[in-house]
Amino acid sequence: MLGVSLSGYGDTSGRRRIPLGSGREQRGGPRGTERHQEEWARRVRRAIPPGTVSAVASLRGAAAIVGVADDASPTGELELSGRALETAMIVAALDDAGLTIADVDGICHVGSSVMMAEYLGIHPRYTDSTSTGGSSYEIHVEHAAAAIAAGLADVIVSVYAATPRSDRKRGGRGGPGRGRPPMMMMGPNPAAEWEMPYGIRMPMGPYALSATRHMHEFGTTPEQLAQIAVSTREWATMNPKARFQTPMTIDDVLDSPMQTTPLHLFDCCLVTDGAGAFVMTSAERAKDLKKPPVYVLGAGTCHDHQMISQMPDLTTTAGAVSGPNAFAMAGIKTQDVDLLMGYDSFTITALLHLEDLGFCAKGEGGPFVEDGKTGPGGSLPMNTNGGGLSYTHPGMYGMFLIAEAVKQLRGECGARQVGDAEVAVAHGSGGVLSCMSTIVLGTEGTLS
Amino acid sequence: MTSTEPTGRMEPPSTPTSEPFWEATKERRLVLQWCTECDRAIFFPRDNCPLCLGSALEWRPASGDGVVASVTVETSSPNPTIAGGDPYAVALVDLDEGVRMMSNVVGCPPGDVTVGLAVQVTWVPLSDGRNLPQFEPRS
Repeated sequence: MLGVSLSGYGDTSGRRRIPLGSGREQRGGPRGTERHQEEWARRVRRAIPPGTVSAVASLRGAAAIVGVADDASPTGELELSGRALETAMIVAALDDAGLTIADVDGICHVGSSVMMAEYLGIHPRYTDSTSTGGSSYEIHVEHAAAAIAAGLADVIVSVYAATPRSDRKRGGRGGPGRGRPPMMMMGPNPAAEWEMPYGIRMPMGPYALSATRHMHEFGTTPEQLAQIAVSTREWATMNPKARFQTPMTIDDVLDSPMQTTPLHLFDCCLVTDGAGAFVMTSAERAKDLKKPPVYVLGAGTCHDHQMISQMPDLTTTAGAVSGPNAFAMAGIKTQDVDLLMGYDSFTITALLHLEDLGFCAKGEGGPFVEDGKTGPGGSLPMNTNGGGLSYTHPGMYGMFLIAEAVKQLRGECGARQVGDAEVAVAHGSGGVLSCMSTIVLGTEGTLS
Repeated sequence: MTSTEPTGRMEPPSTPTSEPFWEATKERRLVLQWCTECDRAIFFPRDNCPLCLGSALEWRPASGDGVVASVTVETSSPNPTIAGGDPYAVALVDLDEGVRMMSNVVGCPPGDVTVGLAVQVTWVPLSDGRNLPQFEPRS
C-alpha cells in the first residue's frame, strides 16, 4: 500500500504544464526545478522504504485522547496569558477526562517541558519538548501514543497557549520579524544569510511562492483558493468562539487587500490569542474515564526543509509521506474520513493538504474545492471549528485541530456537528510547509 | 539600473563557511560550492555535502544564469529598505548549475516577473564592500 502511494511521488509526468512565454525562457537542458523534484523522489524512497509502517502498526488503538480543552474568543483576546493560561487549559482537559494532575506522569511542551513540569509541581517520567511549529501537537500525539504503548508513561498531557494579540496591545515584544534577525538560540539560522536580506515577508511570503508555482503548474485560480476561505467561514458561523462569524463571499476574499501575490488578506490566517491542551492514556485505562475515548489509529510525520528555498518541490509537501503512512497504520482510505482538520495557515496550505493526503490528485485541489464540498453539508467537512482562517490562530495552531477532531468524534459540536463522525484526521503543518504530521483518530466503533 | 549606494537593507551575516561566497561578491563574482565526490553544486554553503555528507567541497565560478521557479510581489507592506517602499519581487531562482536560491528580480516591473523567466545575476552593494546577488531579465 505504501509502495503504491509513494511510487508517483515527485513524478511530474501527469502535471499540466502551462507553456512559458516566448523569448525569455531558458534554452533546453534539464532545469533546476526538475532536478529538485527528481532528487526529492529519490530521497523519499531512500528514507522511507516500503514496509516501514507495518513495523509500527501496533500503535493502532494502543492509546486514546481522553480529555481536551481549547479557548479563544470573538474579540481575538483572552484574559489569561502565559503559565496561568496554560495551567487553566491543563486543568480543563484533565477535568474533561475525569483525571487530576496527580495522575499525570508525562508532559509535552514546545518550549521546555522541564520548565512547564516545574511550574506544575510534577515529576514526570516521560518528557517531550518537540517543537516543529504548527505541527508540534500532532507529533506530541504520535510520540505520546508510542510512549504509552511502550509503557514509558501512563497519562500524558500536552499544552499550548499564546496571546499575540493581547501581547501587542500590552506593548510586548513581537516575534522575529522584518529587519530583525531570527533568534540564534538553536544555532546559526541560514535564513538570515540566504533569505531575509531579500525582504521576504514572513510567514506569508513562502506560502505565496508555493501558491504562485501551483497556479503556474496546474492553473489553480485565486477564486479556487478563496473558496477554501469561504467554506471555512461557513463553519465559523456556527462556532460562537470564532473570531469571524459572518459569512463571506469569494469576492470578499478577492477584494481584501493583496498581501504578497497571489495571497489576499482573507487567504491568510488570523493573529489571535488562543490556548488548548489534551490528555492521553492507554486504551485500557481510557475505558473507565469520563468521556468516550478517541483512539489514535494512525500517525505519521515527515519534514523536508526549513527554508522555503530548500523545499524540494514547491507544490508537494512532506504530507505526501506523513499522510499515507498515517492512513496505512490506521488501515483507512481517504473515503473513510468523516472529518479533515487540515492546518489552514493560508488557503494554499489547506489545498496542498487535500492533494498530498490523497483526497484528490496532485494539481486538482482547485477544482476539488470549487463546489464547496469542504463546507457545511459537503462531502468532506474540513476545519469545522472555522480553522486558522476564521476561528483562531495564535501561532502554533495544531492543538486546535486535535481539540476539534476529538469533540466532533464525541458528538459535542452542537450546530456544526458532523453527523455520525467516526474517523477524523488532524494534519498539522509547521514552519513554512516544512514539517507535516498526520494523526488519524477514531471512535470505539473503529477499533474492531 | 545597478545602484552603487548601499540601501540600508538587512545585511546578511557571513560565517567562516560562507566567507568565500561573500568575498567573491566584492568583485561581483557569483561562486558556488561543489562536492567533488558527487560532482554537484550545493547551496546554501555548508561544511558537508547534503547528498554524501563528505567534506570534499570546492568553490567554483557560477554562470550567473538561471530561471525563475516562483515569485511573489510584496505589495501591502513592502520592506522600505528593499525598493524604497515600492512593491518588489522576491523570487526563487533555479541556477543553471542545478541549485535554487532566493533573490530579488529587478530591472523590470515586479509584476512582469513570471515563472520561467530567464534571468542573470546583477548586484546591489552592501555597506561593507560586499555585494548582494540579485537577478534581472536575461539580455
